[in-house]
Amino acid sequence: MTETSTHTLTRRGLLGLGAGAGTALLLAACGGGGGPAGPAARQSGPASAAPTAYTGPNVTLSFWNGFTGGDGPYMKKLVDQFNGEHPNIKVTMNVYQWADYYAKVPAAVTAGQGPDLGIMHVDSVATNAARQIVLPLDDLAASLQLAEADFSPPVWQAGTYKGGRYAIPLDVHPLGMFYNKTVMREAGLDPEKPPQTAGDYLAALEELKKAGVQGHWATPFPFTGTFQFTSLLYQHGGTLFNDDASTAMFGGDAGVQALTWLVDLVKKGYSPKNVGQDADVIALKNGKAAFNWNGIWTINTLNEVEGLEWGVAPLPQIGSQPAAWAGSHQFVVFKQRSQDDDKLTAAKVFINWISRHSLEWAKGGQVPARKAIRESAEFQALKEQATIGSQIDHLFFPPPVAGVADVSPLIDTAVNSAILLKKEPAAALSDAVTKADKLLEQNRKKYGG
Amino acid sequence: MTAPPVRRRGRLTPLFFLSPYLLLFCLFVAVPAVYGLYISLHEWDYLLPGKPFVGLDNYAALFDPDSPVHDNFWTSMKATGVFTLGSVPPLVVLPLGVAMILNRRFPGRTFFRAVFFLPFVLGVAVIGVMWRILLDPNLGFVNHLFGLDIPWTTDLPWAWVSLIGITVWWTLGFNAVIYLAGLQDIPRELYDAASVDGAGAWQRFVHVTLPGLRPVAVFVTTVTILASANMFGQALLVTQGAPGIETRTAIMYIAQEGLVDYRMGSAAAMSYVLTLALIVVSVINFRIFRSRS
Repeated sequence: MTETSTHTLTRRGLLGLGAGAGTALLLAACGGGGGPAGPAARQSGPASAAPTAYTGPNVTLSFWNGFTGGDGPYMKKLVDQFNGEHPNIKVTMNVYQWADYYAKVPAAVTAGQGPDLGIMHVDSVATNAARQIVLPLDDLAASLQLAEADFSPPVWQAGTYKGGRYAIPLDVHPLGMFYNKTVMREAGLDPEKPPQTAGDYLAALEELKKAGVQGHWATPFPFTGTFQFTSLLYQHGGTLFNDDASTAMFGGDAGVQALTWLVDLVKKGYSPKNVGQDADVIALKNGKAAFNWNGIWTINTLNEVEGLEWGVAPLPQIGSQPAAWAGSHQFVVFKQRSQDDDKLTAAKVFINWISRHSLEWAKGGQVPARKAIRESAEFQALKEQATIGSQIDHLFFPPPVAGVADVSPLIDTAVNSAILLKKEPAAALSDAVTKADKLLEQNRKKYGG
Repeated sequence: MTAPPVRRRGRLTPLFFLSPYLLLFCLFVAVPAVYGLYISLHEWDYLLPGKPFVGLDNYAALFDPDSPVHDNFWTSMKATGVFTLGSVPPLVVLPLGVAMILNRRFPGRTFFRAVFFLPFVLGVAVIGVMWRILLDPNLGFVNHLFGLDIPWTTDLPWAWVSLIGITVWWTLGFNAVIYLAGLQDIPRELYDAASVDGAGAWQRFVHVTLPGLRPVAVFVTTVTILASANMFGQALLVTQGAPGIETRTAIMYIAQEGLVDYRMGSAAAMSYVLTLALIVVSVINFRIFRSRS
């Protein structure tokens, strides 16, 4: 953000301030209303003030998230900038390890000590909606005039639960294919033309093998072995679950093809056996591997390695259609003992402001969820992010069903056993599917799906 | 006339002295333990309005081969068992040897005492990540140094060798310090008397040192068994349960079930089965040590 544009925004914000106050009064006089009805009990009428301004008394918002890595400072910077531009809103940010965060937040909310707003991964939203940790945000989306077209359909749909909206997408973080240009060049491959089809990819791996390089280290661990498996599953036309997540689908032909392809990397000698945790990305950095399918967050990791010549491309299309795994950070608002409309309005202003400034966030290694920003020249100028972001129409998310993430460890185990050559892919997957179906049935009873 | 009030006060005095601990014990051990038993009889997610009573279903599921938890739970119990069996003997025997050596007089004794204790000061996250990197099957320093090709963290039995080795290295110092304190409590006169009676070094060890250390050894063994049965961090960081779920310990699985998947009733039932197993082991342990005396 340049200094001038900041000033413009402030001025615009000030103008909006007056308009917002008027609207708020008007709506208050009408007794509230507007916005589609949410499924869960709302504590009072929706606060439908103008989205870009908050005129009430000074409020403090606590904002919790798990940005402990290189992403943390980028969010902190945005929060500081927001606080500077909004004298009557003070946002305080608390950062926890994600695992701690997901354990702490429900406990804090139950104790009435919960934060006002936070970030959740997309596959946790439905579970936390069912557990009444997060509030429905239909009115927020309506008053901010946010709709599917402003994002992308899969990421927008993923933030819902039983027809209600519970989360506003901030970013998506897909897998991309990172490659070591030096290694490719030394094996006689063109580093400016990374392989993008199944045939080219295997041909490249064969060339690398001849040059004594195991090109694609197949990791048996969830980061990112499971993500590679699910990407390939969707590429072969499969899905993790059926639409209402009542049945696990990853054990079908598509799943077996996907996992077999990864296992064959090991069997054909394109990958060493027994790849350890993170060894795949270390191998890429050390020049022992040519390719690594990893999350967009790897951009920062590789930038820190001096003298490393690397590039990134969309995942090659191995199956019948392009597809890539992605996660998504989404804004949520937490339930409080008593609702404070001022805080809700301020939270709305904050979410909207960060969302509009998510280009800054993208620099930390993310793809903004918001379409307008994704398509802006500024984002396209972030070459690596834009390349990975070009997969936006081929991303997939699990169905928004409570407890769906419980199945992940089963998939992790199947991928792990198969890539470590302990079980045949089909057997490993069918074991996981049997257990997954029982879990899904249990969850249906538990959450009343 | 002053005697009765003193006596009356005296009756309550022990309770007053005990009360701070008693309060903490009740609050953080007794009450949660009973509450946990209650939870284990329900389908329990503390945030959902309905917590249906299911009787012994959570326990029955652990013994029903068709339930979603059966295989996972018993595989994790087996992992805990393997780790405990593998780690307790070295953790009881090796520190004794270290303590014997460190109990002698030699230059730099204090330095070496610190060196052996030092790893224990480090957190599990530090030692876990450090050894994971050192033991990496393809890129690790250990394989490189010895020119080996051993899958230390991804295959059996190597993953167990690694986890047990790391744990012994890490916690040996703690047991050694306790043994050392025990050794220093054995009266010197006993050794002198034994020497006068013509006992050699080995006889002094068997007939003076070992009996003198019995209470300390009971403590060390019991604490080590419980610590090993509660192993969590090492496996979580070094192997992530690999291969498959072979090195996922009972505590790891219980944490997943209760704190990640929010099936706290089922997790509580598992905890009670684990507790029961540990009570049985502890009783056997005490019996063995008692029968020796």
